[in-house]
Amino acid sequence: MADYIIRDSYPVQTAAYESAGDASARIKRKLKQLGIDSAILRRIAVASYEAELNLIIHSHGGELIMEMTPKSIVLISKDVGPGIADISQALKEGYSTASEEARDLGFGAGMGLPNMKRNADSFDITSEVGVGTTIQMGFQIA
Amino acid sequence: MITIRDLIKILDAKVLCGEEKLDEEVRSACGSDLMSDVLAFVKDKSLLITGLTNVHVMRTAEMLDIHCIIFARGKIPPEDVLEEAKELGICVLATEHTTYVACGLLYGAGIPGTSKRTGA
Ligand SMILES: Nc1ncnc2c1ncn2[C@@H]1O[C@H](COP(=O)(O)OP(=O)(O)OP(=O)(O)O)[C@@H](O)[C@H]1O
Ligand SMILES: [Mg+2]
Repeated sequence: MADYIIRDSYPVQTAAYESAGDASARIKRKLKQLGIDSAILRRIAVASYEAELNLIIHSHGGELIMEMTPKSIVLISKDVGPGIADISQALKEGYSTASEEARDLGFGAGMGLPNMKRNADSFDITSEVGVGTTIQMGFQIA
Repeated sequence: MITIRDLIKILDAKVLCGEEKLDEEVRSACGSDLMSDVLAFVKDKSLLITGLTNVHVMRTAEMLDIHCIIFARGKIPPEDVLEEAKELGICVLATEHTTYVACGLLYGAGIPGTSKRTGA
């Protein structure tokens, strides 16, 4: 049985640089309306934005899911490939395979995954090359 | 208390939008062209000094509750970027100083950096 009270899913297209941040902005605005504390909200927004950017820059497309329960917010990033061969390497600060295009826009420092991990109360990543990557981040709100 | 209005004098800056925010307090600042780093280092009520003028600067600011952006070295953002700032209620200033000099002037005026990493 699902124990969440809200569950929203936002599709994120590969290389959709123009609309980068739209999904995270919508999630942030919605949670703000729901009265989430601003410091927690900022952590959620940063983690969500980093995940959304990774979907755009590195994945073949996927979705960002926000689930809210009375006690927590869970953000899930799910994509359809290419997957990450060495997760522990990807989690190191400074490791990045971002394209020139992404770097020109101000991204590609290899800070995203470590930043998500730091901001979330729980962080879980699974990935399979040729299949895809799933990241689940939990935030306590009560 | 240092307000956004004080920055205009310190940096010889002009206001591109967000006049209504000029009396808000500035508690800390961050200077970078790398949004990835900004996302990792910024605290609440921060201001951002940058030479990058694309729309991603505004999106990054929205996520972090950055309320003031200063474009350095005489850069003026495109109209659509300013429109986005207006919509988000972000105050935008422009100065002829380089990022390095602008940061130095603000640090000298007593605005601390955002050296601690954000998050848990
Ligand atoms: N969804 C994904 N699919 C495939 N590879 C990914 C995905 N997310 C991250 N990666 C890989 O992990 C690396 C590190 O990701 P991370 O978000 O930490 O840094 P970045 O995106 O390269 O730069 P930054 O986030 O600082 O802009 C990426 O460069 C990429 O190789
Ligand atoms: Mg990233």
